Amino acid sequence: MTFSGWLTIVLFVVILTALAIALGRYMAKVYTGERVWFTPILAGPERFLYKVLRVEPERGQDWKAYAKSLIIFSLAGWLVLYLILRTQNAFYVPHGLNPLGYHSAPWNVTFNTVSSFVTNTNWQYYSGETTMSYLSQMIGLTVQNWLSAGVGIVVAVALVRGIIGRSGKSLGNFWQDLVRTILYVLAPISVLGAIVLVSQGVIANFSNYLTAHTVTGLTQTIAMGPVASQEAIKMLGTNGGGFFNVNSAHPFENPTAFTNFFEMLLVLIIPAALVFMYGRMTGNRRQGYAIYATVMVMFLGAVAVAYIAEAHGSPAQHAAGLHTQVISGSGGGNLEGKEQRFGIAGSALFDTITTVTSCGAVNSAIESFTGIGGAIPFSNLSASEVIFGGVGTGLYSILLYVLLAVFIGGLMVGRTPEWLGKKLEAREIKLAGLGILVTPLAALFATALATASHAGRASISELGKGPQGFSETLYAYLSQSNNNGSAFAGYTGFIQPSAGNVGSHGVTFADLLGGLVMLFARFGPILLTLAVAGALAGKRVTPAGLGTMRTDNGTFVVLLIGVIILVGALTFFPALLLGPIVQGLTGHLY
Amino acid sequence: MSAQMPGTHERQAISLFQRDIVWRALLDSVKKLDPRVQIHNPVMFVVEIGSVITTVTWLIQVVGGRPLGGGHEPAWYTFVIAFWLWLTVIFANMAEAFAEGRGRAQADTLRAMRKETVARMRDGSTKAASELTRGDIVVVPAGELIPGDGTVIEGIATVDESAITGESAPVIRESGGDRSAVTGGTRVTSDQIIVEITQEPGKSFLDRMITLVEGAERRKTPNEIALNILLAALTLIFIVVVATLRPFGLFAGTPISETTLIALLVALIPTTIGALLSAIGIAGIDRLVRRNVLALSGRAVEASGDVDVLLLDKTGTITIGNRLASEFVPMPGVPESELAEVAQLSSLADETPEGRSIVVLAKQYGIREHDMTELHAEFVPFTAQTRMSGVDLDGRRLRKGAGDAIIELVSREGGSPPPELQAQLDRIGREGGTPLAVARDNQVLGVIYLKDTIKEGMRVRFDHLRAMGIKTVMVTGDNRLTAAKIAEESGVDDFLSEATPEAKLELIREQQGDGRLVAMTGDGTNDAPALAQADVGVAMNSGTQAAREAGNMVDLDSNPTKLIEIVEVGKQLLITRGALTTFSIANDVAKYFAILPAIFVTTWAATPGGKSPLHVLNIMGLGSPRSAIISAIIFNALVIPLLIPLALRGVRYRPIGASALLRRNLLIYGLGGIIAPFIGIKLIDLIVHNLLGG
Repeated sequence: MTFSGWLTIVLFVVILTALAIALGRYMAKVYTGERVWFTPILAGPERFLYKVLRVEPERGQDWKAYAKSLIIFSLAGWLVLYLILRTQNAFYVPHGLNPLGYHSAPWNVTFNTVSSFVTNTNWQYYSGETTMSYLSQMIGLTVQNWLSAGVGIVVAVALVRGIIGRSGKSLGNFWQDLVRTILYVLAPISVLGAIVLVSQGVIANFSNYLTAHTVTGLTQTIAMGPVASQEAIKMLGTNGGGFFNVNSAHPFENPTAFTNFFEMLLVLIIPAALVFMYGRMTGNRRQGYAIYATVMVMFLGAVAVAYIAEAHGSPAQHAAGLHTQVISGSGGGNLEGKEQRFGIAGSALFDTITTVTSCGAVNSAIESFTGIGGAIPFSNLSASEVIFGGVGTGLYSILLYVLLAVFIGGLMVGRTPEWLGKKLEAREIKLAGLGILVTPLAALFATALATASHAGRASISELGKGPQGFSETLYAYLSQSNNNGSAFAGYTGFIQPSAGNVGSHGVTFADLLGGLVMLFARFGPILLTLAVAGALAGKRVTPAGLGTMRTDNGTFVVLLIGVIILVGALTFFPALLLGPIVQGLTGHLY
Repeated sequence: MSAQMPGTHERQAISLFQRDIVWRALLDSVKKLDPRVQIHNPVMFVVEIGSVITTVTWLIQVVGGRPLGGGHEPAWYTFVIAFWLWLTVIFANMAEAFAEGRGRAQADTLRAMRKETVARMRDGSTKAASELTRGDIVVVPAGELIPGDGTVIEGIATVDESAITGESAPVIRESGGDRSAVTGGTRVTSDQIIVEITQEPGKSFLDRMITLVEGAERRKTPNEIALNILLAALTLIFIVVVATLRPFGLFAGTPISETTLIALLVALIPTTIGALLSAIGIAGIDRLVRRNVLALSGRAVEASGDVDVLLLDKTGTITIGNRLASEFVPMPGVPESELAEVAQLSSLADETPEGRSIVVLAKQYGIREHDMTELHAEFVPFTAQTRMSGVDLDGRRLRKGAGDAIIELVSREGGSPPPELQAQLDRIGREGGTPLAVARDNQVLGVIYLKDTIKEGMRVRFDHLRAMGIKTVMVTGDNRLTAAKIAEESGVDDFLSEATPEAKLELIREQQGDGRLVAMTGDGTNDAPALAQADVGVAMNSGTQAAREAGNMVDLDSNPTKLIEIVEVGKQLLITRGALTTFSIANDVAKYFAILPAIFVTTWAATPGGKSPLHVLNIMGLGSPRSAIISAIIFNALVIPLLIPLALRGVRYRPIGASALLRRNLLIYGLGGIIAPFIGIKLIDLIVHNLLGG
């Protein structure tokens, strides 16, 4: 551990918080229809889009109508993306946007990939640079990076509207929310982000891949592509699907320590801002601060454990008598699978951020983390996307937990539990309970199927038949069910003998199971969340009194953390025992 | 603090351990094993299914089969698990049976009262009491039981209502006014009354009371339903966790037998709260019954915990019903002692509390006591026409009465009331008092200042309510100034003056419109609409039949301040549910640490047959894998009977503010719930491990 390591972490949190408060205020204005700085520029395009989409933006939708629009939109997006990816080489001639003439990946891998990008998961069985044409990356995958992020955010906005709704059933208008999200929130930040990244050396071109001759006389192919624009939205939309296989460890995706810091901010800025937006929209900013405190405590706990564990080094290093201390210039600790330019703090922080959120980008190899450090991504995923989580997803997931915590805690102060003045009754408990259940249940079921069946075991790497194989499988389905997308390398769904997909085939079981898990664990909670919003929207509000449980103070933060950890731990403890915990205890490096 | 109010007759708490209750409860707990009963409680239903499966497994093993799911579990182990699972279900049933048993014992007492009586109809015929219907008119002379619920339409009598209220002093029931309701089964002890029956056959107050305490018509309350859903959701999670553990185990080369998986499942699902949930609800109603309050639905009890606003009638609730003399205000030129003496003389025969208070006050002015008969005075009683009373003494007429009545009298006699009089009358009225003018023949001597007296301890009680987050509103027919003054003196938060029944109803609607829950008490017929509108309407048993039907609770003691206790019982009910839910879930942490290392005792051991790296998780140092699992299951079962008393008594409510209360309960039931099973399971393991022979 180094001073500068800790300083990076502290600095990051301070800057993030300051930016998120400002963005939260901005977003609250956007979604309540107030005038913002961009209004003069964007109002025109906004109106144009409504005309094209043929929607009446001001017409409120109840939860069912809102959900229907969302499902139709996502389904259409799914079909379009599937078509694009499957016709990547329709004309069998190389062209500017498919310079290497890549064929399409097989149907099963494509099913998985499409489901993955439409659900904001960005789980990748494929490697971008050997599978996708520039066209597929740009108008296929990147477009879904935008749209799936937008869908996540509008669900959170709709839930907040339901919570604060004073009358009627309207949750707002899906199309209006989506258009505003993209124009007013995602676009300005990703344009800025792309420019910053390009300035640091992230590439943006349509060149052929370069061939380099190395000093040892070998040749090396250097992949090219329109990376910067995809990189910005990949981080901002907590998508995480890298342009290249090694994701944010690649120098063209994440060239410097500065871009590393910047990309981390991009990932967390919207999830953090949404929390402050929630506070503002409820009319009590402390509500937002309480949730921010809750997730920040859990986040910092995870970062600290990961950093300390990695800086401490692996048992193998200690056994071999290698120095693991910081000695003049050498960082010490476990550097396997980490990029020198990010260092241990920059890697621990980055991978914690991308696993607490649903981003899933990585800048180091999680499978090369120490036993305890590697348990952090597992435990982050076990918390079901509530620690910041994906854009929108994080807020609505934690709000479902808030509802549950209010119910249990509210009873203990001797009143029918009330949340911001609304009484919680059977219907909300049923919907929120199911909403919380979906993700863990999908993860456990899928892991069980995958470990119990021959078809499932086929995906496990040769090296990992023991606890490692279990960890790989568990992580794969935890990641996909949380719509995260990061991977614990080794778990395969795609066999690709050579670049360009000729002769490649997918592992149907893993591809389909993963794809279905992603779809189920994305749209199940979304529908249940919208239903919760609908149930809350029409409720009468009781003014708070001395006897009302507060949801904006320290006691509630403790209660909420307790509920989240307890539910997550009780659900996943047995499974984690057989994978990461055994590995951690035996001191094996993953 | 003790919320025991004066005038509350706590019924004898029926001990949990009366022999017949215990016997019946035990019998019922076995009867309730019927799956048709269990299915209403998803958590315990799962336990019962587990008990059946493990029992079948044991039977198969006994005839030489292998345990389901493989493994090398001996038959005795399966038997022990099955045995304790059955006990878990039985303990849960016992909790409910005990709660019901107490109510049933009370119902039996009430039923014994419901003797078959013969009603005398007004036309001279007779009719069995059980056949009386609404509108029948019966005559009840002294010494007889009133055959059914009704309203006195003629006469006045004293009635012994001890059978239902426990209060032995007879009460007065008379036609007209707010004391006209009589209850079937009570006995007239003097005079004779004519009663119009207001009940349908079989639906008397007593009948309702019996069904209520028996819990025969118990329906789940909204909050209970919501909590049940949460428990079902948790159960579902754990079913999946346990079901997927089997393939996980196989992947790791560790087959886990079905018995062990079921043991783990039962340990994890929230059996503690699942077992005690219905007992908590029944006990809540029972606690009210013991405070002499009949809640006509469980919903009302729950709602009482949520009350935001409490409407209290001034008279009888905040002030003692009567105004008392506090000052003599003489007219100019009249000595104070003269006024005091005349006031005393005019009140000697006045047996009203006001009259008596005048005599008491006069004594403080040094006026010696007089005796009516010695003075040969003639008493002139108060009538609605004259609006004054007094005595005729030695040919002089001493009178006291309403200001305008006295002015009229004096003027008629040729006197002229001093201008000072009107000023004093106005002043006293403004200050919230009632003035009584005193006259001798045609001379006005002065004014007696009658003051409302606020009951002792009201301020403390209102502070208490405020700390509970409840706003108190005093309702009175007095004018604004009077009301404001009394409100200030008593410490009530707000008031409604010059209240008409309509204004009261309007106030309730307005508060409800703002989302607040309103509770009120009432006894008069004109209270009925407001009682019906209020979320918690407590009718005084002494009140009219209309009021009793409009409210959703009846206070047999007719003590309006009992609302405070009712609110506390409602809160306790919810707190107990929340606390035990938290405790139940928190318990799971220790159970994991007991059972999982036991299951994975050799999993992925470095050497074949060696210890699993996971053995370090056996932080309790439990003796052996089997004793660990058995101990966890025994703890899980035993905690239910251990918590029955708490479930029936309820977790104490303290008016310390919601945040402090939450902190306190989280500490006790959350943190305590995590720690307690570590200790409990370890202790049980010490015994079990020894019994298993080390």
